[in-house]
Amino acid sequence: MLDDRDRIFTNLYGQYDWGLKGALARGDWDGTAGIIARGREAIIEEMKASGLRGRGGAGFPTGMKWSFMPKVSDGRPAYLVVNADESEPGTCKDRDILRHDPHKLIEGCLLASFAMGAHVSYIYIRGEFYNEACNLQAAIDQAYEAGLIGPNAAGSGWDFELYLHRGAGAYICGEETALLESLEGKKGMPRLKPPFPAAVGLYGCPSTVNNVESIAVAPTILRRGAAWFSALGRPKNTGTKLFCISGHVNKPCNVEEELGIPLRELIDTYAGGVRGGWDNLLAVIPGGSSVPLLPKSICDTVLMDFDSLRDVKSGLGTAAVIVMDKSTDVISAIARLAHFYKHESCGQCTPCREGTGWMMRVMNRMVQGRAESAEIDLLEQVTRQIEGHTICALGDAAAWPIQGLIRHFRPVIEERIAAYVASGATGRLAPTPVNLPRAAE
Amino acid sequence: MLEQKGAEDFGDGSTADGVSQPTEFGFDAQSEAEIAEHIKKYPPGKQASAVLPLLYIVQGQMRRQTGSAWVPRVAMDAVAARLGMAPIRVYEVATFYLMFNTSPIGRHHLQICRTTPCWLRGSDAIEAACREVTGITGWHETSADGLFTLSEVECLGACVNAPVLQIDDDMYEDLDHDSTVRLLEAFRRGEKPKPGSVTGRLTSAPEGGPTTLTTLQNQGPPPEPAPPLPAE
Repeated sequence: MLDDRDRIFTNLYGQYDWGLKGALARGDWDGTAGIIARGREAIIEEMKASGLRGRGGAGFPTGMKWSFMPKVSDGRPAYLVVNADESEPGTCKDRDILRHDPHKLIEGCLLASFAMGAHVSYIYIRGEFYNEACNLQAAIDQAYEAGLIGPNAAGSGWDFELYLHRGAGAYICGEETALLESLEGKKGMPRLKPPFPAAVGLYGCPSTVNNVESIAVAPTILRRGAAWFSALGRPKNTGTKLFCISGHVNKPCNVEEELGIPLRELIDTYAGGVRGGWDNLLAVIPGGSSVPLLPKSICDTVLMDFDSLRDVKSGLGTAAVIVMDKSTDVISAIARLAHFYKHESCGQCTPCREGTGWMMRVMNRMVQGRAESAEIDLLEQVTRQIEGHTICALGDAAAWPIQGLIRHFRPVIEERIAAYVASGATGRLAPTPVNLPRAAE
Repeated sequence: MLEQKGAEDFGDGSTADGVSQPTEFGFDAQSEAEIAEHIKKYPPGKQASAVLPLLYIVQGQMRRQTGSAWVPRVAMDAVAARLGMAPIRVYEVATFYLMFNTSPIGRHHLQICRTTPCWLRGSDAIEAACREVTGITGWHETSADGLFTLSEVECLGACVNAPVLQIDDDMYEDLDHDSTVRLLEAFRRGEKPKPGSVTGRLTSAPEGGPTTLTTLQNQGPPPEPAPPLPAE
């Protein structure tokens, strides 16, 4: 078990003051000016050496992302934009940072902005997090009042402005370019890349979009050193990570642990085990709704990090572990996600706009068994037509859960269809050539 | 997301979806103060960035003035005029983002999460309880007494405290059928129960209390509630 002294978010559960007094007691804002005095390059090198990979889902190395920002300004300002639009089903880790440890995020914004040559930063928080926004705004006000941000922030000589911007209930705004569009006052429709935000981002200026957790861990990494952080976890998957364990466990919770912890240990140690015991486990979605689910046989041994989960054709994503026991109708569980993606598609790209609705309607029939066996292959085929054919990753995210279901639970779908046929229920689709995509109703 | 709401003017104040629209809207003093706070966050010439905050401000003013938090079309026009945007750009935004109500709602907005993590923990029972108490049969409908509007929302981001029901701005967590009934009855009596876990659980810690972070000293004083957002 990770030692408490190696945990970064020591007020994860909010027993202590989230404000400046509590933050100072927990070691935040300690020697911030000294870190800035090391210089831009030194900070970026330290972040690279720590091996920190972005905590928002894609796992891109954070230090490298920061290094893409122009070293010399061409006259345009640079921006850091923090993605606090946490909306991936299963994920509720940033919420705890925003409401219980906001000063870690604010200090991280200052350090990251300095490292990128940005004097202004925006935090884009999802609209539903009203009370979290209240805490964060109050913490920002405290930081201004104490001179920790604003002109000559924390006595570092760097001028820094930080603003909070509330979203208004659109999952797609968690996609970085959709977030930028939304911040500019438009519908949250993703932009084509390239150009990447580091060249043309917010208001056409160089910008970097980082997840809350990635930014909030930076001050601690810079204080304690890259060597400390990279000694935790596994090679190329270093450090600690906030895990959210939800679904059919005895004690759902958030917890900070080392990357690479075995999934079973994570669930058994912190979440009170699977409801009804480990043998009652059916499947786990290991990284938020967008990643393919894993059957128990893989869950028995898999490690919770980027590369281990990629090797089993899933992903760490946001490290949101959704547990399903044997009472679960797994087809319904995935059909509900199909509904989610259909609802959240922004409608810009045809494969996603049409495909998510098509997949949802077929999945809804599969829940009842009201389908042909051959349609399972057709559905799988259609997911491949959506995946990789859209501007942003929402199309992929909609396809993967269904691909995971078919990969691991095909017999369950077939049984459901057979049972429907055997029941003699009416309303079964007449056998027609299945090479025609058919959504029906 | 692609639904067209209230776009066509029928000349009698109502729109294509049958919503009775007020004919005028002006920002009150409180809203004006809030608007000034928000616009200064963005660089000169980029004031369109304030469209989401201004729509929230409209919704807040409507709640203060009429008891129903929604954004009439004439208010969208006022936002467009204030920010120098074409009205259609504001209509687009107001209908794209789920949290803006383009038709009147009841006094309290019940927003049920039914996405998979909440569904696994029994969100169906929460839905049933909401329907029993309010008598609402569909979605985005308002109870006969005008007190509640019931909506389905997607993941609210509180999954380890599932199932979750957001009432207005507050999340109520770790619900079941009976606790949901009690919660809504309290709202009906005009009370506002403390948000968060209804079982008394400490935020996102496991039931029974934290099993980590137990060996640390001097982590700061106990927490105090934050003030409401100054500008909304």
